[in-house]
Amino acid sequence: MSLQMTDPLRSTANRRGFLMRTAGFAAAAGIASALPLRASRATPQAMQEAIRKILGEAVLQHGRVSLDVPPLVENGNTVPLTVSVDSPMTTADHVKAIHIVNEKNPQPHVISVTLGPRAGRASVSTRIKLATSQQVLALAEMSDGSFWSESADIVVTIAACVENIP
Amino acid sequence: MTARVLIHLPATARRGEVIEIKSLISHPMESGYRVGTNGALIPRDIITLFTCTYNGEEIFRAELSPAIAANPFIAFFTTATESGTFVFNWSGDNGFSATETAALAVE
Repeated sequence: MSLQMTDPLRSTANRRGFLMRTAGFAAAAGIASALPLRASRATPQAMQEAIRKILGEAVLQHGRVSLDVPPLVENGNTVPLTVSVDSPMTTADHVKAIHIVNEKNPQPHVISVTLGPRAGRASVSTRIKLATSQQVLALAEMSDGSFWSESADIVVTIAACVENIP
Repeated sequence: MTARVLIHLPATARRGEVIEIKSLISHPMESGYRVGTNGALIPRDIITLFTCTYNGEEIFRAELSPAIAANPFIAFFTTATESGTFVFNWSGDNGFSATETAALAVE
């Protein structure tokens, strides 16, 4: 079912519409069956709240950030991820911070990184856990106070966080 | 408990060159959301803060959440300005703390 959910990105409009409806139904069924197992889980609402907390009063704009992450991962326990921001990294114009948030892990926050003009290049790599297929969002805070973002949808075949200890 | 640490960076760099620093530390990063064999939640045990200073000045800081994979790997960039020493520091739950140093010679 999860493979079907990736298809809408690559298929024609008609097929996309059908698959979106199918995927929506499948997702709803999946969440319902998973609820007794997972008491706490972040929701898209929690993600929005986490983003709002990072932004404050600022407006989030799309672009300038590139989020390099595999579209399909087999093991959600370790997902390599690189965030790069298009910035000259000078004293006048640099990236102050990079934040990563996710949609469906138990907590929306993943990592917050503080940079300065000294970094030379606004790029950070790490490895993250993903509890299920979901969207990951990278936000960059610029020295002029503006926020830029990029998101990526990732399909996970083996989830992190949910397995029991043998 | 001593954690194994790996740091990778060039030994020498030209003045003004942008270099990449890769860091890896052994740590379970137990999220606090997993259930053990006794049915109880395994308590959270993660690294919450990673910092890197160069000749005493902080050049990089990362605040980690449970969503960072076990054995946290963090790679970042910095500009080589003068010869000196990087000090890497990790701190987290249950009083966890680890420190590592690395030298860089700038030509």
